Amino acid sequence: MEKVGIVGYGVYIPRYRIKVEEIAKVWGGNAEAIKRGLKIYEKAVPGIDEDTITISVEAARNALKMGKIDPKEIGAIYVGSESHPYAVKPTGTVVAEAIGATPELTVADYEFACKAGTAGIQTCMGLVSSDMIKYGLAIGADTAQGAPGDALEYTAAAGGAAYIIGKDSLIARIEATYSYTTDTPDFWRREGEPYPRHGGRFTGAPAYFKHIYNASKGLMEKLGAEPEDFDKVVFHQPNGKFPRVIAKRLGFTPEQVEEGIIVDRIGNTYSGSSLLGLAKLLDEASPGERILITSFGSGAGSDSFSIVVEEEIEKKRGLAPTVEDYISFKKYVDYATYAKFKGKIKV
Amino acid sequence: MKVAVLGVGLTKFGELWETSFTELFVEAGTKAIENANIDGKDIDAIFVGNMSGGRFIDQEHISSLIADYAGLTPIPSTRVEAACASGGLAIRHAIMGIESGFYDIVVVGGVEKMTDVLTERTTQILATAAEQEWEANLGMTFPGLYAMMARRHMHEYGTTREQLALVSVKNHRNAVNNPYAQFRFEITVEDVLNSTVVAEPLRLLDCSPITDGAACLVLASEKKAKEFVDNPVYIIGSGQASSTISLHGRENIAIMDATINAAKEAYKRAGIEAKQIEVAEVHDCFTIAEILAIEGLGFVKIGKGGKATEEGLTEIGGKIPVNTSGGLKAKGHPVGATGVAQAVEITLQLRGEAEKRQVNADIGLTHNVGGSGGTAVVHIFSK
Amino acid sequence: MSSIPRFWRNIKSRYNLVGTKCLNCNRVYFPPRNLCPKCRRESKIVEHKLEGKGIVLTYTTIHVSPEDFGKQAPYIMAIVKLDEGPKLTTQIVNCSPEEMKIGMKVEAVFRKIKEDGSSGIIHYGYKFQPIRTA
Repeated sequence: MEKVGIVGYGVYIPRYRIKVEEIAKVWGGNAEAIKRGLKIYEKAVPGIDEDTITISVEAARNALKMGKIDPKEIGAIYVGSESHPYAVKPTGTVVAEAIGATPELTVADYEFACKAGTAGIQTCMGLVSSDMIKYGLAIGADTAQGAPGDALEYTAAAGGAAYIIGKDSLIARIEATYSYTTDTPDFWRREGEPYPRHGGRFTGAPAYFKHIYNASKGLMEKLGAEPEDFDKVVFHQPNGKFPRVIAKRLGFTPEQVEEGIIVDRIGNTYSGSSLLGLAKLLDEASPGERILITSFGSGAGSDSFSIVVEEEIEKKRGLAPTVEDYISFKKYVDYATYAKFKGKIKV
Repeated sequence: MKVAVLGVGLTKFGELWETSFTELFVEAGTKAIENANIDGKDIDAIFVGNMSGGRFIDQEHISSLIADYAGLTPIPSTRVEAACASGGLAIRHAIMGIESGFYDIVVVGGVEKMTDVLTERTTQILATAAEQEWEANLGMTFPGLYAMMARRHMHEYGTTREQLALVSVKNHRNAVNNPYAQFRFEITVEDVLNSTVVAEPLRLLDCSPITDGAACLVLASEKKAKEFVDNPVYIIGSGQASSTISLHGRENIAIMDATINAAKEAYKRAGIEAKQIEVAEVHDCFTIAEILAIEGLGFVKIGKGGKATEEGLTEIGGKIPVNTSGGLKAKGHPVGATGVAQAVEITLQLRGEAEKRQVNADIGLTHNVGGSGGTAVVHIFSK
Repeated sequence: MSSIPRFWRNIKSRYNLVGTKCLNCNRVYFPPRNLCPKCRRESKIVEHKLEGKGIVLTYTTIHVSPEDFGKQAPYIMAIVKLDEGPKLTTQIVNCSPEEMKIGMKVEAVFRKIKEDGSSGIIHYGYKFQPIRTA
C-alpha cells in the first residue's frame, strides 16, 4: 500500500467529571465493587452546551493546529458517533463550516457504535491513496448515554478525537489495516429510544473479545508480525478490565497495553475511545515506535491498524493540547448536575 | 419653543388583569381630555407611544386601534416606537406637529399591556430592545445589560451596591404618596440586597416591574392654549439622540451618551443649564439607570451619581428631587406609557397639584431612554 | 420556530468570528457591518476573520433567563474586547462567577448556543473561556 498516514490529530474531553461513588449513591450500587470490577473511577461529562458536534469541532480545530494544513485542502470529512445531535442532518457539515473547509469537499456521518471513527479513517485512507483527495479528516466523538441505574451508566462518557489523513508530512504512517465484521446483536438502540440496550454477558466473548481478537490476529498475519514487534497496543476501552484481558490473550505484555488505557479516568467515550487511547500514545511516542490499535463497535466489528511513528512527530509536538492536558483539567459534579447536563431530567 | 400642556390623565399602574389594552388608553385619554376642558372635536391629531403591542397582545396598527376606540376617527393617528422611549418620543413628535403649524391641539399618549403573557415571554420581548442577533440571541437579557453597566460603573468610579439600593429605597418612599403607583410601600437597603438575584449584581428590587398602564397629555400651541387656560405649564425644550443599539457597540459602557446628547439639545432649545432644573423624572428602569441619568443629564459629574444619591441630593427635600412619582421602580413601567407618565408627573408638580409629593419647582425635566441607551428623549417643562 | 434563513446567514460569523474590515480606514468590525459608520459611502468593506482572543471589559451572571435559555441559568455573560478592537457580547465558560475579573484574558471556543425546542434547529456559535496557561 502506498504511504499514507496521520498528518496531525487533535482531541477534546469535556471538563466535568462524576465519580463512581456519586452514581452508586443514587442507585444503591456498591462503589468499591464496581471500581474493582470495571477498573474505572470517574467519567467525563459534557457541559449543558456541549454535544458531539461541539466536541468534534474542538477536536478538529486541535488537529488543524498540529497538522498545519490549509483546511480548504481537506477533501472529505467523516464523523463517527452514536450520539449525533441530529438523526437527519450531518455532524460533518457543521464541522466542515467551523474549520473553514467548505464548500469543496464530501462529507458524511458514520454510525457503527464505538468503531465509527476508525471506519472513517479507513475511508480517508482509501480516498487519499487513490489520489481522490489530498487530505481527509476522520473524527470519532460521542456524548454517550447510559440508562439511569444501568451498569453502563458508570462508564458512558463524552469525548472525541480527530485525525487528518494524508500522504505528506506524516507524524505516523499507517502500514496496514484489517477489519473483522459480523452481524452480532450485543448492544443496540432502536430509533426514537433514548437509551441503548445490551445483552449483558453476551457483550463479552461473542462480541468484544471475538472481534478484537480476530481483527488484531488478522492484521498481524497480514503483516507477518508477532506481538513483540509492537511497542504499544491500544484497544477499544469500555472499561479497565476488557482491554487488559484481550491484550493478554493476544500475547501482549502489561507494559505494552498500560500506557494507552485512559478509561479509568474519563470513562468510555464510545466512538472516541480507541482513538483517544491512540492519541495518548502518540502524545508520548518516539519516532520508529510501532503501535497496534484495534477498535470495537457493537453490532459488531473491529478495525485494526498498524501504525509506525515518523520523525516528523517531534516537529509537531506541543502545537495542540494533549490527552493528559484535557484529563487533568477537570471539575467534579454531583449526580443532580450530571443529570441536568445530560438532559436526563424530563422538562 | 413653547407648547402648552392643557390636560393630563393617567390610569392606575399595576397588574391590571381585568383591564384590556383598549380600556387602558380610553381611560387615560378621557381623563386627559376632561382635565384639559376641551371637546373631542377640538383635537387635531393623536400620537401614541407603544413598544410592542405586536408581541404582547398580537396587535399592530395601534394608531388605528386607538383612533377607533377613542371615537376620534378620522383625525391623523400615529404610533411611535423606540422601545422604552416610545412615550417620550411620541411627545416630541406631537410637539413637532404643533411647532410646525400642522396642528393646534394634539393628544399624546402612551400605553402598554404587559401581563397577558408569561414572565419568560415578557423577558424575551423586552430583550427585543437590545440587538437580537448579537446580544439577545446569545443569552443576554435586559437586566443583564444594565448589570454589566453597573459592574463597569462600580469598577471605574467605585459606585457601591448600597448606593444603587438607595435609588430604589428613595423611589419606593416617594411612591407611598402616589395614588397611581404600582407599589406603595417602603423598602430598606437590606430588602434590596436580600432580594433574589436577577443578573449579578442586580437583584429583584433593583429592577422596575412588569406593569400595565396608560398615560395621556393634551398639548396645544401657545396661541391656541390661551383660548382654554391662562397659565398652563409649557414644554420649552426638547432633545432626542440616538446611540448604538448594542451595549458592546457603545463607546463607553458606563456612560449613556444618548442621554448627554439629548439633554444638550433640550437645554439649548430651552435656553437653560442643567443646574436650573428643580425637579426631574428620569428613566430608572434599573437602579444603575438613575445613577447614569443624573450624571448624563449634568446634575452631577460623571462618576459621582452614586455618592450624590447617598448624600440625598435627589430626595424630595434635596437639591434636585428626582422621581417624586416613585420612578419606574415603584410607580411601575408600562413601557410605552412611561415617557408620557413622566410628563404627567412633572406637569402636576409645576401646577402645584402633586399633593403629598409636592416640591417647590418652576422648571422640570423628563428623561426617557430606549433599550440599553440606544435612544434618549429629554423634555424641559416650565411654569 | 426561530427563523432559519436568519440563523443560516450568520453561521460563518458565529462559528468562525468572521467580521468585516473597511479598507478605507482599516477599522475592523465584529459583528460584521456592511457599511462602515465612520466612512459611510466611502466604505470599502471586505470579510475579515478575527482571531478570537480578547479581554473581559465587564460581566454579569444571568439568573433569570429568557425562554430559550431557561435550562441553562445561571450562566455568565460578558462584553469582551477583541485584540483587533471590536467588542462583542458573549457567554463565558469554564469559569466560576468568583473567578471572573475585569481585564481577564479570554479565547473563543465552539459551543451550543441554544436549541429551537426538541424538534427545531440547534444553534452553535462562539463562547469564550479564560486562556489557560498550558
